[in-house]
Amino acid sequence: MSDASLSSGAAPKPRGKSLLVQDARTRKRNAAEKRFRAYGMTAILIGLFFLVVLAVSIIRSGVPAFTQTVVDVDFTLTQEQFTAAEGELFKTKAYEGLLIEQIRDTLEARGLEVAFDAGAIERLLGKPGGTLREHYRANEQDLGSPVNFKLAAASRVDGYLTGRVTREALQDSRFMQASDLDLIDALVSADIITRAFNWNFITGADSGVDNPGGAGIGASVIGSFFMMLVVLALSLPIGVAASIYLEEFAPQNRFTDLIEVNISNLAAVPSIVFGILGLAVFIQFMHLPQSAPLVGGLVLTLMTLPTIIISTRASLKSVPPSIRDAALGVGASKMQAVFHHVLPLAMPGILTGTIIGLAQALGETAPLLLIGMVGFVARGYPDGVLAGFTEPNSAMPAQIYTWAARADASFYEKAWGGIIILLIFLLTMNIIAIILRRRFERRW
Amino acid sequence: MPILWLFLIVSGIAIAGYYLGLTRVMRSAGGDRRHMHSLPSYYGGNVAIKAAVPALLLMLVWLLVQPMIVNNSVSALIPDSAIADSSSRGLVLSEVRRAADGMDRALAQGTMDANMANNPQADPDEVTSRLQDAGAIVTSQITQPVLNAAQSYRMQNQRGNQFMSGVVIVLALLGALWGLRGAQADFRARNVVEAAVKMLLIGAASIAILTTLGIVLSLVFNTIEFFRLYPASDFFFGTNWAPSFSGRGGSSDLGVLPLLWGTFYISLVALAVAIPIGLFAAVYLSEYASNSVRSVAKPLLEVLAGIPTIVYGLFALLTVGPLLVSVFGRDGLGIMQAGTAVITAGLVMGVMLIPFVSSLSDDIINAVPQAMRDGSYGLGATKSETIRQVVLPAALPGIVGAILLAASRAIGETMIVVLGAGAAARLSLNPFDAMTTVTAKIVSQLTGDADFASPEALVAFALGMTLFVITLALNVFALYIVRKYREQYD
Repeated sequence: MSDASLSSGAAPKPRGKSLLVQDARTRKRNAAEKRFRAYGMTAILIGLFFLVVLAVSIIRSGVPAFTQTVVDVDFTLTQEQFTAAEGELFKTKAYEGLLIEQIRDTLEARGLEVAFDAGAIERLLGKPGGTLREHYRANEQDLGSPVNFKLAAASRVDGYLTGRVTREALQDSRFMQASDLDLIDALVSADIITRAFNWNFITGADSGVDNPGGAGIGASVIGSFFMMLVVLALSLPIGVAASIYLEEFAPQNRFTDLIEVNISNLAAVPSIVFGILGLAVFIQFMHLPQSAPLVGGLVLTLMTLPTIIISTRASLKSVPPSIRDAALGVGASKMQAVFHHVLPLAMPGILTGTIIGLAQALGETAPLLLIGMVGFVARGYPDGVLAGFTEPNSAMPAQIYTWAARADASFYEKAWGGIIILLIFLLTMNIIAIILRRRFERRW
Repeated sequence: MPILWLFLIVSGIAIAGYYLGLTRVMRSAGGDRRHMHSLPSYYGGNVAIKAAVPALLLMLVWLLVQPMIVNNSVSALIPDSAIADSSSRGLVLSEVRRAADGMDRALAQGTMDANMANNPQADPDEVTSRLQDAGAIVTSQITQPVLNAAQSYRMQNQRGNQFMSGVVIVLALLGALWGLRGAQADFRARNVVEAAVKMLLIGAASIAILTTLGIVLSLVFNTIEFFRLYPASDFFFGTNWAPSFSGRGGSSDLGVLPLLWGTFYISLVALAVAIPIGLFAAVYLSEYASNSVRSVAKPLLEVLAGIPTIVYGLFALLTVGPLLVSVFGRDGLGIMQAGTAVITAGLVMGVMLIPFVSSLSDDIINAVPQAMRDGSYGLGATKSETIRQVVLPAALPGIVGAILLAASRAIGETMIVVLGAGAAARLSLNPFDAMTTVTAKIVSQLTGDADFASPEALVAFALGMTLFVITLALNVFALYIVRKYREQYD
């Protein structure tokens, strides 16, 4: 602090270093700081945005699969008509004629005039005569009294009502003609065509390529269920046993290292390679039945084992050594200490890991493609518990893939609907895992 | 006898042995458990283990070996002249198996009597029609050699199964007797049981090795078979992928290069999406986000990793593809032909990989010691400068490891590319072109109707081998980097 500089004559030059005023460089650095932070925020938001888009597109495209367009008619068949129809050469044709008369009467009673022929009804409903005949042959007591039938309409009727098929774009074909649209309009205004909840989608089996309306996911849910039983029955005991050995008993040697390296590598092997393994070992070599849930379960077991082993080892490791020491101290053998004390304490963590592993296995598709679960049309439920394991069946993700790969665009809706069901299962399993963890996890 | 019954019988013997062992040791100790070396349940367990384990192991081995022996002996029954030109020994053998299964079914339904099923002089035409009556899937007319082979196949399998049942049950009984002999009060039952349990534990742990062995063997054998039919140099250096299923052999071009290029291109696009987003998300979550934001955003991002890949595949095929076409397609910029393209699959795969990159990087960034950050702040650096110049360089090896793991995931991903990338194999730089990958071709070559012995189907194993080697190398390298990095700060 000298006055010398002051006395030199020139006015004191402020060096611009006030703490209250930011200089250009500080401003730049602060802007860079803000930008950087904004990048991070944007990245998170983009990630969440994708999640939302995914969820919205699943729900928007999938929900229509749960309803279907039905033709809702009250149909009365007398004993005489039944006998007459059964006596004819083309029996279902006779039933169809009766149905057409009934629809015509209903329309007339409501004052709607539309001309239509049997062909139009067949284009709208497929072959309804068969359904009617089956019903009456099974329930003869219904003869004479009105029965309410909800007959599934063809997918193009569905398309017309949802806007997928428009009057302008429609070309007359054997599937639908322009005149049919008038009939549909009339039937809609007569409340004969309505939308109903599609139970068949949840409980039914897959239909062929030509009948998207009748396709259901029920049979493949059962297929997935049997597969998960196999995975659970094999991967839980084997995974727990392997983890106990590695965590509690394994000596430090080459063999243990080999196992550890193998497990960590298997966890990262692409799932399709497990499919190749399943095809070569289980089907080509052991001649187990193709497309069977048993084989699918075996392949998925090998795939989930590393996941379960890793999580089980983590929860075994989290049990404090004092528990083991106390058990050993009162005279338990090492095996007793592990099985009587450590394992029960680690059980919640093990179960959580197992459920998460199962959820992963449930959604896995690629290995199932190779062992023949795709291309097989799961037309029905298995006959019994044993057949459930060995009879060819589909699984949920494989069924979704089958639908997505079909040429008819009306199957896409089914595929999205199937995804909703698959995700509901996954969500339930994950929630159970979270609850288990919250409930029983102990912090030491 | 069905396997299930055999299993139940062996289990029954084991359970009975357990209780017999208990009562026997109780008697030998005079009803006072203080005179026993071990707890009573160990004596029971000793009997049960000795009864069940050897018997079940024998059953397992028998079940694995018997089909091989039977197949070989049946295969010898079929003369080369019985194999049509368009067919192969494998196809004829599977027809034999189908015919044999059909006979079982026909016998069960009563459409065929045992006499006809076993009579080698039976008329093949009549057998065929009976089988079709029973609803068995028989491809066409059964020929005389196939019929005889099927009959011998049935006979041998039946005899083998009966023999196995007998031997297994006898072994279980012998094991139980052996165990019961040890049910004496001074027998060290606990040590024996624990040694046995430990062996089981080791066996369970070895399954990981067996799985790897199974993968490697099934890939190697079939790949060698493939290279016998198709020159390896053409496979590795061929630039054209054009399998033909109509003409057998020779007419197919099976070059792996277009597939590898497709795989790498799609993975590159995916990583270009996932790395920036994932890395910035990780930095934000670990350095900036408050606890409440972190506890919500992190699990939500990880949901993206828990969604099955089939969902992403459908998302690519039905949502992203059409969206991109409406922007870049004929109505927009006109550079995209169809919804399935490299960019579609790449984008969606990138979304799937975001949580892989972000969670792993998040852990690694969190592992950088706080002292390093504090040092940087002390020198007057801002937070972002600290991250860019101190934290990220320190975490770099780990982040590279995370990215490599994500890359290996991208290369091995199947469903997204099967549904979203198209089926045409081509070498092109345009990301709006449809291309295909190694995984997609494995699926398409093995899900067709091709005969497993043809090069068109066997190529899938060579592709699988390529895929396995590449992902394994990436994983090992990534783990090596991560492990090496971890040693620096622990």
